[in-house]
Amino acid sequence: MTEQPRLAEQNAAVLLPEPFLKWFGEKGWSPRVHQLELLAKAQSGQSVLLIAPTGAGKTLAGFLPSLTELANRPKRKPGQAHRGIHTLYISPLKALAVDIERNLGKPVEEIGLPVTIETRTGDTPSHKRQRQKLAPPDILLTTPEQLALLIASNDARRFFEDLRYVVLDELHSLVTSKRGHLLALGLARLRTFVPDLQTIGLSATVAEPDELRRWLVSQTSPDAMSELIVVTGGAKPEISILDSEERVPWAGHSARYATPEIYREIKRHKTTLLFVNTRSQAELLFQELWRVNEDTLPIALHHGSLDVAQRRRVEKAMGENALRAIVATSTLDLGIDWGDVDLVVHVGAPKGASRLAQRIGRANHRMDEPSKAILIPANRFEVLECRAALDANYLGAQDTPPLVNGGLDVLAQHVLGCACGAPFHADALFDEVRTAAPYASLDRPTFDRVIDFVATGGYALRNYERYARIRQTKEGLWRVSNPAVAQQYRLNVGTIIEVPALNVRYVQAGSRGAASRGGRVLGKIEEAFLETLTHGDTFMFAGKILRFEGIRENECFVSNAPGSDAKVPYYGGGKFPLSTYLAEQVRAMLDDPQRWKKLPEQVADWLRFQADKSVLPKRDDLLIETFPRGNRYYMVAYPFEGRLAHQTLGMLLTRRLDRAGAKPVGFVATDYALAIWSLADMGWMFKNRKPSLATLFDQDMLGDDLEAWFADSWLLKRTFRNCALISGLIEKRHPGKEKSGRQVTVSTDLIYDVLRSHEPNHILLQATRTDAATGLLDVSRLAEMLSRIRGRIMHKNLEQISPLAVPIMLEIGKMPVNGEADETLLMDAATLVEEAMGPEMTD
Amino acid sequence: MNFSLSRATLIAEADLVGIAGERAVCDRRGVLYFPDLRLLAVSDLHLEKGSSLARRGALIPPYDTGATLLRLQAVIADYQPRIVVSLGDSFHDGGGAERMHSSFRERLEAMMGGRDWIWVAGNHDPEAPADLPGETVRELAIGSLLFRHEPSKTRIEGEISGHLHPCARIVQRGRSVRRRCFAGDGGRMIMPAFGAYTGSLNVLDRAYAGLFRLETLMAYMLGAERIFAISGSMLRPG
Repeated sequence: MTEQPRLAEQNAAVLLPEPFLKWFGEKGWSPRVHQLELLAKAQSGQSVLLIAPTGAGKTLAGFLPSLTELANRPKRKPGQAHRGIHTLYISPLKALAVDIERNLGKPVEEIGLPVTIETRTGDTPSHKRQRQKLAPPDILLTTPEQLALLIASNDARRFFEDLRYVVLDELHSLVTSKRGHLLALGLARLRTFVPDLQTIGLSATVAEPDELRRWLVSQTSPDAMSELIVVTGGAKPEISILDSEERVPWAGHSARYATPEIYREIKRHKTTLLFVNTRSQAELLFQELWRVNEDTLPIALHHGSLDVAQRRRVEKAMGENALRAIVATSTLDLGIDWGDVDLVVHVGAPKGASRLAQRIGRANHRMDEPSKAILIPANRFEVLECRAALDANYLGAQDTPPLVNGGLDVLAQHVLGCACGAPFHADALFDEVRTAAPYASLDRPTFDRVIDFVATGGYALRNYERYARIRQTKEGLWRVSNPAVAQQYRLNVGTIIEVPALNVRYVQAGSRGAASRGGRVLGKIEEAFLETLTHGDTFMFAGKILRFEGIRENECFVSNAPGSDAKVPYYGGGKFPLSTYLAEQVRAMLDDPQRWKKLPEQVADWLRFQADKSVLPKRDDLLIETFPRGNRYYMVAYPFEGRLAHQTLGMLLTRRLDRAGAKPVGFVATDYALAIWSLADMGWMFKNRKPSLATLFDQDMLGDDLEAWFADSWLLKRTFRNCALISGLIEKRHPGKEKSGRQVTVSTDLIYDVLRSHEPNHILLQATRTDAATGLLDVSRLAEMLSRIRGRIMHKNLEQISPLAVPIMLEIGKMPVNGEADETLLMDAATLVEEAMGPEMTD
Repeated sequence: MNFSLSRATLIAEADLVGIAGERAVCDRRGVLYFPDLRLLAVSDLHLEKGSSLARRGALIPPYDTGATLLRLQAVIADYQPRIVVSLGDSFHDGGGAERMHSSFRERLEAMMGGRDWIWVAGNHDPEAPADLPGETVRELAIGSLLFRHEPSKTRIEGEISGHLHPCARIVQRGRSVRRRCFAGDGGRMIMPAFGAYTGSLNVLDRAYAGLFRLETLMAYMLGAERIFAISGSMLRPG
């Protein structure tokens, strides 16, 4: 143990300039081994991936190469031209960039370094952006979207000519999304500008570090990878599952039963961070806590839909340690460092082992002290899931999703961006794009189709040559046709598509917003939810019970509701599907009665009861139960593959059951199970192999049935809309006017229908299908499941509902059934016509 | 209960509505057919909307004209009307007819043959379409009916118009369904837009203020297999 620090000390003397050593000395600190190791590798010209737990001094490690180099750089003489950016720092969150500016500014000032640090985000005023172009800071802290914008400007090459390092924070979270694809393409561009460019990736623990190592460097050969430094350890977190004295509910997501016990824990600790999975859960928990908050402890609420000013106030209070508890959603997930949190409470199941680890990392932000966390399952299946997650965390299991190939819609955006910056040659750009890891396997014909799409839409009916956005010059260079194209591009850059949302504004009760427009804005809420409300309905938002007064243009008017109960529940559902790894763990636990001993007694009892009345699913099998209830027949399947995959399965199975004459009426999907109900006796049908379950669950459902369903699935339409926006087919913003979400939705739905029937192989439909397979439909996971369960389906035909089926049966009627039921709803409404109309209407 | 169900079905099966004493079929595909006059009315075709937007940089698929004409061809084949009235905004802009691909133009001319074809002038296409047969008029009166593009501010019984692209929305069991619709009150009727790329505007929007007698307002919402007649009191804004 003593060897390493001594070695570090010797290294420090060699690697660190004098002022740094002095600063460390004054603080009574010594540089950590991994910080010096990273510095040494960077100084020898290499790109590095640093994987370390929170609190390991990752940020300082990431910036040491830049800071030491800048410290030794000769001063700019008066009259000498401004130097370009030296270091580009890119983080997924604006807030994180602001946070880093604060945290990095302090040592820079104390060491007395002549280094300028500035942020550039969507919030940066335009005069500051202009100034940054003329007199760039040494270190620029920014986001992937801003990088894309900088690349699309015609002075990009000059702006970046002095660039030495790109520091990528929270890399594990960036690379899994389309933002990551855009960023990878941006990096490839930067490497063309500055071939010696070095990258430094900072990441939490991931399952496949090599994927990130490849991502960081130019993919000129299959084994091109960055250097890797892994900091292990940190004290193991102390995690427990709340062993409630109360009855754990069968279903639901509120965990309301545990409120008094949560409150007791808050009182016992200095500062508690409470994580939930959705905004609606956050609202509910916050309400419940204040209901029992006899000591009026300062408890605050933080989620992404709240007004920015309110969020900043909460963050500030948090930093000043003025809060005892904060209820938060994923907005606080990433590495933002606030206050002295000594307890993390996770309400609801964590849905993924890695996510749990990340959130627990928030507690006790020092590596050598154990974090303390309590998991609060909201229902019985979540007890199983929490237990599995807990075991996984101790095993150090990781379940970050595998990286997917780069999106073609993102590539289209990038191609246009490059043309906005400077004319390009297709051959050169193709080579450059392939150096970005997500696009390493891109083939030339596809790339050419993307260029064709950017130029004229890429349609077989070549009608739009005269309207081309980019055109080829005689020398073969592609350039934008006119400056308006570039102007529009700049307004539409980025891959984050916001769900159409309306401002929520306070007005006086009953005013319908007509008179008093001056009320406070509380935040934003999804249009889809607001659409189901009627004047006078009450719901929870921003920690309040609100009364819906009406919608005017893009604002929703609300007033304070009398009373304390919200009438309309809001099911945001689980935003994150259960991870494959965790699902496997849950199945394994069900299959192993030995492991039930670790479960709360009431939950273990439930499983024993199930073994008695029906059977428990085997680890690798699929259990299907059928039983009659009321005047319906039910089929419950337990795949444990997550809500998205179950929903897709439900859509496809109901089609097949319909063909088989089972007369299915509806279905509901949760993270754990799928229930379908019908008019015909499915139990009898399966037993007599009309059809057999093997036929019903055959993989061929992913062929024609899936294709047929694609035709009018709202999920596909939503995916198409995203692709259309990202690829630049439709504009998010047009100079002078913002399109409202609805206008965009209407037109992309119509475009989808027309394109699908006239050119089903269009590149944008190809991109849509690929996205849907991994995204909203989770077809890829469904496919894996179908192949796993071949020949392993266990059917149990029961007289009545089984204990395991109770939770999903309770969801029926509570959750809106999403599907193709629109026509049925219209029928219901139309049957009421008699009440309103006289018989003369038929004449 | 049984009774009310069968009544609704009856309306749906016949899809017949009365407008100022004339009988008309509200076809679920968005056209109105007057059997006694053998007249087919269609509104807001917005042909060449795709290429119109492409001129301004939005390169959306150039198949809307083809799609719209195919659907029109199908309803004309079904009803074999003597007169076709296109209620204005037949082309998305004045240059639309000129830009139209020759194959589409041929298809359109083929279905115009052997019948009277009336182009009612719209705000998007105030002039007669270039080089196409048919008669262009500001409005057309036949019997007790008056066909024009924009609904008039002062109430005219028997007026059939378009322009506003009506749709209606209902909420049932916590879910919202929005569809294009015919909107009528027994005295006048506003037709849904027929074009493949045409958006729509809720009948409860301010733009419709004063146009209908609210107590008899009906929205005939377009379904996949049939029309759904929904009374005005059940409709939701937005």
